[in-house]
Amino acid sequence: MAAHLKKRVYEEFTKVVQQQQHEEAPAKKLRLTKPSKSAALHIDLCKATTPTDALQYLLQFARKPVEPESVEGVVRILLEHYYKETDSSVRLKIASLLGLLSKTQGFLPDCIVDDAINTLNNEKSHQVIAQLLDTLLAIGTQLPENQTIRLRLVEVACRHLTDTSFGVRNKCLQLLGCLGSVDKPVSKELESMVLKDVQKIIGDYFNDQDPRVRTAAIKAMLQLHERGMKLQQTIYSQACKLLSDDYEQVRSAAVQMVWVLSQLYPESIVPIPSSNEEIRLVDDAFGKISHMVSDGSWVVRVQAAKLLGSMHQVSAHFLEQTLDKKLMSDLRRKRTAHERAKELYSSGEFSSGRKWADDAPKEKVDTYAVNLIDSGACGAFVHGLEDEMFEVRIAAVEALCTLAQSSSSFAEKCLDFLVDMFNDEIEEVRLQSIHVLRQISNNITLREDQLDTVLAVLEDSSRDIREALHELLCYTNVSTKECIQLALVELLKNLTKYPTDRNSVWKCLKFLGARHPTLVLPLVPELLSTHPYFDTPEPDMDDPAYIAVLVLVFNAAKSCPTMSALFSDHTFRHYAYLRDSLSHLVPPLRLPGRKLVSVSDSSGMASSEESSQQFLRQSLERVYTIQHLEAQGAQELLEFTIRDLQRLGELQPELAGAAEFSATYLRCQLLLMKGLQEKLWNVAAPLYLKQNAMASAAARQILEETYKLEFLYSGLETRQVAIVHHVRLQAKALQLVLNARTSRGVEPLLSICEKFLQEVDAFQRCFVAELTHFQDSFVEKLLELMPRLLACKPLDLVKILQTTLRQSGFLHLRLPEQLHRATATIIEPTGESDNPLRFTSGLVVALDVDATLEHVQDPHNSVKVQVVYPDGQAHIIHPRPGDFRNPGPGRHRLITQVYLSHSAWTEPCQIEVRLLLAYSSSKSRTSILKPAWNESTDGLPATENSIEGTIPFSKSVKVFIMPKPTRR
Amino acid sequence: MPQIQVTPLGAGQDVGRSCILVSIGGKNVMLDCGMHMGYNDDRRFPDFSYITQNSRLTEFLDCVIISHFHLDHCGALPYMSEMVGFDGPIYMTHPTKAICPILLEDYRKITVDKKGETNFFTSQMIKDCMKKVVAVNLHQTVQVDDELEIKAYYAGHVLGAAMFQIKVGLESVVYTGDYNMTPDRHLGAAWIDKCRPDILISESTYATTIRDSKRCRERDFLKKVHETVERGGKVLIPVFALGRAQELCILLETFWDRMNLKAPIYFSTGLTEKANHYYKLFITWTNQKIRKTFVQRNMFEFKHIKAFDRSYADNPGPMVVFATPGMLHAGQSLHIFKKWAGNEKNMVIMPGYCVQGTVGHKILSGQKKLEMEGRQTLEVKMQVEYMSFSAHADAKGIMQLIRMAEPRSVLLVHGEAKKMEFLKQKIEQEFNINCFMPANGETATTVTNPNVPVDIALSLLKREAALGPLPDPKKPRTMHGTLIMKDNSLRLVAPEQALKELGLSEHQLRFTCRVQIQNPQSEQDTLNTIYSHLKSVLKEHSIQHLPDGTVMVESILIKVSAAAEEPSTKTLLVSWSYQDEELGGYLCTLLRKGLPQSTG
Repeated sequence: MAAHLKKRVYEEFTKVVQQQQHEEAPAKKLRLTKPSKSAALHIDLCKATTPTDALQYLLQFARKPVEPESVEGVVRILLEHYYKETDSSVRLKIASLLGLLSKTQGFLPDCIVDDAINTLNNEKSHQVIAQLLDTLLAIGTQLPENQTIRLRLVEVACRHLTDTSFGVRNKCLQLLGCLGSVDKPVSKELESMVLKDVQKIIGDYFNDQDPRVRTAAIKAMLQLHERGMKLQQTIYSQACKLLSDDYEQVRSAAVQMVWVLSQLYPESIVPIPSSNEEIRLVDDAFGKISHMVSDGSWVVRVQAAKLLGSMHQVSAHFLEQTLDKKLMSDLRRKRTAHERAKELYSSGEFSSGRKWADDAPKEKVDTYAVNLIDSGACGAFVHGLEDEMFEVRIAAVEALCTLAQSSSSFAEKCLDFLVDMFNDEIEEVRLQSIHVLRQISNNITLREDQLDTVLAVLEDSSRDIREALHELLCYTNVSTKECIQLALVELLKNLTKYPTDRNSVWKCLKFLGARHPTLVLPLVPELLSTHPYFDTPEPDMDDPAYIAVLVLVFNAAKSCPTMSALFSDHTFRHYAYLRDSLSHLVPPLRLPGRKLVSVSDSSGMASSEESSQQFLRQSLERVYTIQHLEAQGAQELLEFTIRDLQRLGELQPELAGAAEFSATYLRCQLLLMKGLQEKLWNVAAPLYLKQNAMASAAARQILEETYKLEFLYSGLETRQVAIVHHVRLQAKALQLVLNARTSRGVEPLLSICEKFLQEVDAFQRCFVAELTHFQDSFVEKLLELMPRLLACKPLDLVKILQTTLRQSGFLHLRLPEQLHRATATIIEPTGESDNPLRFTSGLVVALDVDATLEHVQDPHNSVKVQVVYPDGQAHIIHPRPGDFRNPGPGRHRLITQVYLSHSAWTEPCQIEVRLLLAYSSSKSRTSILKPAWNESTDGLPATENSIEGTIPFSKSVKVFIMPKPTRR
Repeated sequence: MPQIQVTPLGAGQDVGRSCILVSIGGKNVMLDCGMHMGYNDDRRFPDFSYITQNSRLTEFLDCVIISHFHLDHCGALPYMSEMVGFDGPIYMTHPTKAICPILLEDYRKITVDKKGETNFFTSQMIKDCMKKVVAVNLHQTVQVDDELEIKAYYAGHVLGAAMFQIKVGLESVVYTGDYNMTPDRHLGAAWIDKCRPDILISESTYATTIRDSKRCRERDFLKKVHETVERGGKVLIPVFALGRAQELCILLETFWDRMNLKAPIYFSTGLTEKANHYYKLFITWTNQKIRKTFVQRNMFEFKHIKAFDRSYADNPGPMVVFATPGMLHAGQSLHIFKKWAGNEKNMVIMPGYCVQGTVGHKILSGQKKLEMEGRQTLEVKMQVEYMSFSAHADAKGIMQLIRMAEPRSVLLVHGEAKKMEFLKQKIEQEFNINCFMPANGETATTVTNPNVPVDIALSLLKREAALGPLPDPKKPRTMHGTLIMKDNSLRLVAPEQALKELGLSEHQLRFTCRVQIQNPQSEQDTLNTIYSHLKSVLKEHSIQHLPDGTVMVESILIKVSAAAEEPSTKTLLVSWSYQDEELGGYLCTLLRKGLPQSTG
């Protein structure tokens, strides 16, 4: 049926074109050879009797992509209809299609520039003109090299700038911004053309009567800036005027403009109006943008608050004013609550509670000196942090963060405000401010009262908040021993209230102890509740709170050797136990009367890492001598090296990724070598079976390993990916050969051979750039023989493959700088519980899963949870994107719920929960180019032979469950 | 000259009894109609006899606008409408309309039932009065009559508080009522667009104060409550039923939620339940957070806050109780206070100002022994805290609002004279605009200079626009047209059309001028010389040599004739129409100077 239809279309098409050939230029003949989309479109357009019909056809047409070769033909047809068309909406659609078409990949639109400009000259409708200008813009951006065309387009735009419709002026300005020449033309002939000062032309439209045009003008100017043109300083005053524009989008753009200029000319001097003083431009701009933080429109406020954060050159004096609102009450200067708190603290009287009129104002303010509004930056952040919209508050918090990172005095000052934000009504803001405080915590030391406020948040019911706070406490410096005690008490309280926080609290105390050994020292007797005369009962070793205290003390003791004298006997015993069971939290200690097991100070660490790196390099080097060895020797060498590397990976966590990667690679080689052992291949046909089983198992395993190599490691470069693919290709070749030897008949072989050749071809396409490194390899030889392979029969092919496989050399593996293996650890469930999770069969029970993922790229799509029931049933659960948190670079946290269900069991049994890394070979790192133009990819044979699979990458955890039969 | 007159009947250099008369463009509008808390005699209501000598107000006032439901802004409304007599429309926002009668009824009960006053408005009067109310939405332009229109803007302060723009023709006044420029836990910040009113009437309660960040206050408050509850103490928070109470409720509610606290929070019943109901309903009037999350959970549906019963006061264990009234002078709050005062673990937090003489004021000023009725003394051992949660704009906020609205002048009300003085001076200095602060009964007059809008014929506008480059909006530009004033409307049309409409025929005014020059050449040659001369001088104009022996410069005609007696003296006839007067005059002088001596 389809074929029939096609034929009819062709028939009709030829008919129509023949008619046209009488009237039109013969150039159209070209289209005859490519009767594709353009054909159908043309017919449709000819059929269309009303504008509505034509519009419908065009809309339909726009849904399908057009191949680059036929774009020009389509454009001609469209233009032809454009001239004939009377309805402006159809012309508009055609114009927009022209723009879309000229963006087609691989099509150079210079041939349609003239036509587009011509149509523009004859057009009356403003909307169509605007759309045509848009098309020109698309064309211009497609041809970044062609100066002549750009100049022409700019000229066209200048001509239409005087149009009465704002849409046209908008587009003109946009075009000028995108295409206006940034630097002087080089060649002679171009100089003869009138070179326009684009900046000046655009600048004239800063005062246009239409706000949309004003916005477009500023945006065009910003565009010029982005393209590298140096904006003139004279614009500054214009931009400042626009800050008080009536329209928010103008103000928003103007704020950006002022910011750009302040970054360009930070040090130039501008006068302060109404006085004869002068200040630096960046300070002036800072003041002006600060003002915008109290703008009427929240969009502008967000913008202003964001930009404030990136003005690092501003003077400290101005910066600190943003936190000072200059409080007054009844014309008397008043201290802020923060100042009062500080004073109370320094006078030694803390938290006396506020009395009536405690905040009584002090000295009288000079009426003339109080500037209520023109004080520039005054209190900008105070306003921003109190804003109604949380978007503004978040922007302000972020800005505070970046500013505080560059100025420690400012960091000190903004501390109080950030701490206040811990109490915001929106969790996002609270979380953000905790993160920010962590980022600047190197610059600050918390006072007791501040710490108190910070710690109050530990009771928050949101887990994210608490964990962020623990993280913060890890990096916090505190000033007194009371602070340490306070923190400990609050953390223990947290622990009792939320037992699931155990790990996080311990970790937090570890850092707290290691940071403040001298502050912990005086607290030790109290903490361990030792007594000078009496023996105190031995605390319970399984009590998480006691472990928490011990973690704090032991970490402090690490850099404070005198501390161990205060320990009682059981403390030493507990140390030994904890050092073993929680080795990541308890450091090695130099204890009296005990030998230190592993003496490793920091300098030794560094050198050992270096030496192991060298070791890694050497072992890899050694492997390359393999070519010269006998088969037996080579295998042994590989086995040894693999063992070495694996051990190295265990010893040196920093090199684990690299070591394991190379070990796996070498294992692949080893397997390949075993599979190709000469002995096996020379045996007589009846003995095939045995060696076949062995070799095909090897091939399968190699395939599996290559997927691990490709998807489990992050930091791979194309070169390594190519090598991995190469190994995979070898394995497939091996499989093919094995297949050929076992199967009878040629028919099944034919298709396998074809597939294999396709894969070789794909390899060549993907890794063209890498092919130079593949000298003397399997692939190189194959590619040399490719013409022959394509022609020959399957059996010959197999023979060729067999010899090439055995002759091909061993490829050197060069490791990339950073290589990390994706790992996952399931924290929750722990698998320790003996109490089965009981639920009624047929219903579901939710199991909380909490895991940390490291070096996983795009965990949202790739990480799955697998549940295996005792009967072998396995379920794969896809966590929601919201279940992933990102606490640091390369780290992810998965907190999710897994729903379990099963039919009734007679007694509780264990199920296994593990994490899987899903991959799909089509999504390998050499990503396929997406079609540029449209959204539908129905025409493309995209995922023909992609292999979907999963790699388990965490230890499985066993959970006791017990589905009970339903009671009736 | 047109002018706007503003007369405060209350709230002029004073707090309380807000009532402001505005005459604008021939319309009289009353802004707010409040009572004074401090008085119990006639002074508690505005002096309406100022407007009219004991007759009804209807013929004097076009409308009344109420900004929000506080009694000092709406307390005198039934008195004015029912007892003095006003039948015109009364405008207020929906929440105000809903809550206002509850408060009025409460106020009436206290005055009539408790204090036993007579000659006070009745419940029926409140009902009748509310029937005259027209509710408006935010940013809705309401046409009071053909010329007068009003528009409400969000003001923060309390639920439903609004600022009003009153506009007649091109003159406008903005009345802020009470407003708050910093958002709190349940309401957003006041907002107004750049409406550039002639007068901005602003409250100025905190004219001389710049307040600290509200976060410190909130944090302090929460910390104190939290600590007391953890100690096992009881917290009493005396509040008035509406406004701050809801803010504090939300604050505690979210804190309880966040911190997973279990201690009960109670709210003494009565007014509040009704009021909370309205808060739940008017969710669009609250702040971003509440508005965004109400789909999941309406923040005013309190999870932790339950209704209070008298018997609960004796329950053991920690609890937090909100109780009315706010100044501890009577009612439930005093009752609970008496019960709890003896225990040092307990705490009372006063969230607002207390009038002298109340128990609240006494304990705030540090008194430890209170004399109660019946000669009992009460020892106060519980902790007493003061925490101000006020929802008025501070000086900086007022300035910010002025900057937002860009008025031509400002008028301050609802504040103390001394403080206003300071702000007035600041405003004049910073914005360079007039600022008034009339006392009660004093009239402030502003002369306005309104633009006169004229309808222009589209064809004329297009024709003029086509003449040159785009008009620069910042500069005036002259154009040619006829202004027709007819039937109370102004129109600018093209001259031809005006003539047609008025049935007149067009008259042409032509100037002619004779210039004599000495030129020996023949007439034809002279004409040629003139042609080439003008061509060289007037490059921008079109110059034609017509076959009938004339030269046309644009529309100006030049003819040459030689006198019969003296052939070398040529008379040039120059003729131009009135429209070309400029060019014609120039040509005459040019020709008078004579022609250049042509050699060939």
